[in-house]
Amino acid sequence: MTQAQNSASDQSTFRVRATFAPLTHLELTNFEPGRFERELEEKAQQAPMFFRESPLVLSLERLADPDLEIDFAQLLDICQRQGIKPIAIRGGNLVHQTAARGVGLLVLPANKPHSGAEPALEPAPKVEAPAAPEPAPARLTKLIDHPVRSGQQIYAAGADLIVTAPVSAGAELLADGHIHVYGPLRGRALAGVLGNTEARIFCRSLEAELVSIAGQYKISEDLQNGSEWRKSVQIMLREDRLVLEPI
Amino acid sequence: MARIITVTSGKGGVGKTTTSASIATGLALRGHKTAVIDFDVGLRNLDLIMNCERRVVYDFVNVINQEANLTQALIKDKHCDNLWILPASQTRDKDALTKEGVERVLNELSERVDYIICDSPAGIEHGAFMAMYFADEAIVVTNPEVSSVRDSDRILGILQSKSRRSELEQEPIKEHLLLTRYNPERVAKGEMLGVQDVQEILSIELLGVIPESKAVLTASNQGIPVIHDDKSDAGQAYADAVARLLGETVEQRFIEAPKKGFLKRMFRGNT
Repeated sequence: MTQAQNSASDQSTFRVRATFAPLTHLELTNFEPGRFERELEEKAQQAPMFFRESPLVLSLERLADPDLEIDFAQLLDICQRQGIKPIAIRGGNLVHQTAARGVGLLVLPANKPHSGAEPALEPAPKVEAPAAPEPAPARLTKLIDHPVRSGQQIYAAGADLIVTAPVSAGAELLADGHIHVYGPLRGRALAGVLGNTEARIFCRSLEAELVSIAGQYKISEDLQNGSEWRKSVQIMLREDRLVLEPI
Repeated sequence: MARIITVTSGKGGVGKTTTSASIATGLALRGHKTAVIDFDVGLRNLDLIMNCERRVVYDFVNVINQEANLTQALIKDKHCDNLWILPASQTRDKDALTKEGVERVLNELSERVDYIICDSPAGIEHGAFMAMYFADEAIVVTNPEVSSVRDSDRILGILQSKSRRSELEQEPIKEHLLLTRYNPERVAKGEMLGVQDVQEILSIELLGVIPESKAVLTASNQGIPVIHDDKSDAGQAYADAVARLLGETVEQRFIEAPKKGFLKRMFRGNT
């Protein structure tokens, strides 16, 4: 695996990764250049660090008049004077979108009605309510609240595993994600069994026979020689090596 | 409906049959109708411990195969009322125990008695599985040493995953830990696991601690369950365990090494 990674990094100067960065939205309800600049200046002074160096999205979804004419060049000028850098607009009509592209802004699709965005500047519980039942697409977690005994094996497929009871010697925990053990961990714990190197193992008392993350493992003999034995630790992979850190 | 209590351990030689005999006797002495079944088909011992081997005509396998009825096979205990023994067959093997057959015998027995004690064979094979499958409660007999504790842990896992209660998603089998052959002096010297060590590993409720005692071997050889020997520490410890099984709160004894003082020894005899 290490070899494969090295050769990959030899051939390519970049790699594509999907990450999430927070995007600040500026929701316009109206656009009068003079008033907009005044208000923006006030906001920027209140929280100078908040807008600096952070990508900003101009949302046109809350416009009082959806077909309001907006001079995007002028709008960008105003923003720039306050040290704010819009990168995209969200929503808007076809005219808005064409104009925005013209000044180098990206056009993001409008939010779905129940994506969590406020329907108006005023809190509007009638729209908040239907938003609640839709669960976030959280990763599943397998929860075990009874002791895991010798000879038992528990596998959290595609999920994290939480055990709130002791894990006996001779028991085996497997998870594609993280493993958390709140009783003493005396058996084996293998996190990231499908190769997820980001997976970690957390335990309150490390007394394990074996711990493994994405195939890299340490056995009891190695663990007992360390200062983390019977301690509260997290175990993670760093540069292909298992690292134990007290928590 | 009778309460079905399985006496099990995984490991052999830890005192399952001794415990089955004494717990069954103890329940009977307290006035509860009790039957004790030997599931160790092929290696029957319970009838020896209970001194009824010369009265065995029909056995558990005969009843399962409907070659005899329950009344013919049950042996009335000579030492106390309310107690019956269903002996194992010496000439068959454990495959003779079918799930349907065992269930039918247990159901029939349930209508006659209050408690059914199942004396499990060692191991985790068919015989042990049959002895635990229908249980409501389990007494896990453990010696204070690592291999016995490990095997008990394994058995506890099987109890919670392969019993009828787990398959029907009923309330799980109630587990009791019975620590036998306990020697507080050796624990104090660090030669033996202590009660707390074992409890920490197994994390189940402690039913009792039976001290290592000459009385146990004497009782086995005489065919009189050691609980009848109420002068002995082991006999008293079993009586305490029976009381706890019946829901009474009895303080644990025989856990601490006796102090060498004269007065202490005097008092110990009376408590």
